[in-house]
Amino acid sequence: MNLQEIITNLDLKVLTDLKDFSAIEPSCGYSSDLLSCVMAGAPHKSVWVTLQAHSNIIAVATLLELSAIVITEGAMPEPAMLAKANEEGVIILSTEKPTFNVIGKLWEMGFHC
Amino acid sequence: MGDISRIQKRPVTDQDAENITRVEELAYELKVEAVMTKEPSTVTPETSMLETLNLFRQIRISGAPVVNNHELLGIISIEDLIRSLQENDLSSPVSKYMSSTILTIHGSDPVIEALKLFVNSHKGRLPVLDQDNQLIGIITKGDITSGILKALQKDYHAEEIKRYRASHLFEDINSDRSSLILRYNIKQGDFIHGGSASSAIKSALLRLGATPQMARRTGIAVYEAEMNLIIHSTNGGVIRVEIEPHQISINISDDGPGIEDIELAMRPGYSTATETVRELGFGAGMGLVNIKRCVDSMRLESVFGKGTNLRLKIFLQSEETVGEASGSNKET
Repeated sequence: MNLQEIITNLDLKVLTDLKDFSAIEPSCGYSSDLLSCVMAGAPHKSVWVTLQAHSNIIAVATLLELSAIVITEGAMPEPAMLAKANEEGVIILSTEKPTFNVIGKLWEMGFHC
Repeated sequence: MGDISRIQKRPVTDQDAENITRVEELAYELKVEAVMTKEPSTVTPETSMLETLNLFRQIRISGAPVVNNHELLGIISIEDLIRSLQENDLSSPVSKYMSSTILTIHGSDPVIEALKLFVNSHKGRLPVLDQDNQLIGIITKGDITSGILKALQKDYHAEEIKRYRASHLFEDINSDRSSLILRYNIKQGDFIHGGSASSAIKSALLRLGATPQMARRTGIAVYEAEMNLIIHSTNGGVIRVEIEPHQISINISDDGPGIEDIELAMRPGYSTATETVRELGFGAGMGLVNIKRCVDSMRLESVFGKGTNLRLKIFLQSEETVGEASGSNKET
């Protein structure tokens, strides 16, 4: 399943630069709001669902080479954070829905690992 | 004509500077003469519009300078041809239809000046002059696009060469033991730059030819240590990474406050982080646990009230070696 299908099906807002999302195939998903848990658990190229929206999540996503971050509950990152994300090539997506619903929907779409 | 070089550049702030992309840099670095079409086809004022039409068709251009003995008199473009066609007047000379109010640019001007002129004037092409105001070429937006593309490709090759050289760093150095030492000063409370040292170390390792997995492991371990300095240290601290072909040694030290109970600190889930820091998603009590998982050897020493010293080692197998370019991880 490619990232464009995920964005379309979950009606996610793209907060960073537009890319050819259909060419990105996330390996898996992961969710936690604790950065160390993400460091330990998020698989390479996975999609990370979190309600953290501050700039340190960019560092985490860069180090782990994640496919995208989905920020839930409408938490809005600062413009400086998004600028940093663009610079590092990290894709930031956003939704009003809570984390539980996002993951439920992904699972329903057949996005399992 | 000389006005072009006097156009004031707006002052660039630090934030701007960070956001400038390589393409923008190139627009300032590349000179017009490097991307222009040299020795363009020209017409004279006496050339007929019909001959001009045939010239445009033959060599697939849409405009040409009008010159008399190297002196630039005007520009004739496809729009002018259309006007003469509408009036059924293809036998007239170019001088009747050419535009003689011409914007020009100097070969030594940066490409950005040409871009500014294109944007402000809606012209399709600009004649390029040398210091003596002689015509030396013509520049279009297409020339700029292909010039920048070529320069970017050259950059890409240069990056490949740099990467290749770095991955052979230790090969030609004769010593009993060669190593490369990277140092990073980390400030207490500097969440804005949190993770930049670990990212820099990860990139350095990749450039030296480390496998992606090795670079990732090191990056994660250093990230946790870096965040510990930012969150817990009194005055920040220092990260020192020593890279040798067979191992990476990382030393993280600070001068306080020190860890009261190391055994407790190593327990998964134990954290002394404040509520504010926890709200940012730190303080899971997994930092030291993560570090331990990523490295081959870990020694944590701390004197409460004095400071902490964390020594990490990652051993490289012969196929993962850095700076010596052996093994399977080289693309060259």
